[in-house]
Amino acid sequence: MAVHNYIRQRFFPHLWCPGCGHGTILNNMLRAVDELGISKNDLVMVSGIGCSSRISGYVDFHSLHTIHGRALAYATGVKMSQPRLNVLIPMGDGDALAIGGNHFIHACRRNMDLTAIIMNNRIYGMTGGQFSPLSGEGILCTTAPQLTIDRSFDTVELALASGASFVARTTSFHVREITKLIARAIQHKGFSVVEILSQCPTHFGRKNKLGDASNMLEFFKKNTTPFGSKAKQDNPELIERGIFRELDIPDYCADYERTIQKAQKGKSS
Amino acid sequence: MKKQKKLKEYRINREWCKGCGICVHFCPKDVLELDQDGKSSVIRPDDCIVCGFCERLCPDLAITIIPEEQEAA
Ligand SMILES: Cc1ncc(C[n+]2csc(CCOP(=O)(O)OP(=O)(O)O)c2C)c(N)n1
Ligand code: SF4
Ligand code: SF4
Ligand code: SF4
Repeated sequence: MAVHNYIRQRFFPHLWCPGCGHGTILNNMLRAVDELGISKNDLVMVSGIGCSSRISGYVDFHSLHTIHGRALAYATGVKMSQPRLNVLIPMGDGDALAIGGNHFIHACRRNMDLTAIIMNNRIYGMTGGQFSPLSGEGILCTTAPQLTIDRSFDTVELALASGASFVARTTSFHVREITKLIARAIQHKGFSVVEILSQCPTHFGRKNKLGDASNMLEFFKKNTTPFGSKAKQDNPELIERGIFRELDIPDYCADYERTIQKAQKGKSS
Repeated sequence: MKKQKKLKEYRINREWCKGCGICVHFCPKDVLELDQDGKSSVIRPDDCIVCGFCERLCPDLAITIIPEEQEAA
């Protein structure tokens, strides 16, 4: 199948736990790449550290597995040196918004043409279940035995406020939407943020008695609704999915190129 | 004439399947079950409507569905 042409099959079965949503995100992200018909040689995947970040080891693109929280900084370097390449940056919620939070808001602000995919399972999966800035209140984690008291970031609102020009959200249950939104995000010229709610049955699910992976997917099915739907007005608790912003504004590399030309003109005259 | 997809072949990579049960749980036609080894297996292939949901949901990329294009009767 097409999807299998884009992976390093020698590393399968992969290391993710049974029922981990990160695998489903990989599955449907590869379909987006396949639909767009992008050559493997024109794709770079840059990731940090985390269960989610391991995704870069499984794809047969150019890949960089870097350090925790810094994937966007490396991706910025790749894009500045090779603007023609498509750069995908999958990140965990901790990687992107805890240790990497500052890189995230400034990448949004700069509007560099990168595609950030936030695989949000609301916990630090890799290190055994500590809470993250996306856990929200009342969650049982190894670092909050009496339940969390921190309020959560809203990834979409944070990205919008920081100036990202494409902002979308879906879940690991809404598989066709993953493909559609990632394809749109890759095609978008500017900084794209696609948040995908994902399940970590091993830590988040087990500690919070949410049942198995299927039960966690049922939660995404029942508690989300398309952006702007009437259901949201009736039940404000629902999480919205879809595209929240798609703005055509100059991206950083285009502005940088113009700056170079301006400087060179100055020299020759 | 309307084309209707029919199942030609259903492949489950037993080396990759981790038995999470997601495909079994969400198949709209109850085509799949976990066998005694805890691996997904096709129990009612004739009921499969080739919707592809199981293939896309599988976190382990273990399912491949090969449809057969057929003229609807
Ligand atoms: C600089 C640094 N600090 C801390 C760690 C330990 N660490 C590894 S992964 C991780 C968080 C993983 O959570 P997340 O990014 O949400 O991804 P997940 O594993 O849940 O997919 C942490 C704190 C590290 N590797 N490097
Ligand atoms: S610990 Fe959680 S996030 Fe990590 S592989 Fe297992 S289920 Fe996935
Ligand atoms: S979803 Fe995939 S890994 Fe899970 S039981 Fe089905 S085939 Fe196996
Ligand atoms: S393709 Fe659809 S009907 Fe057929 S086994 Fe998969 S989920 Fe069930």
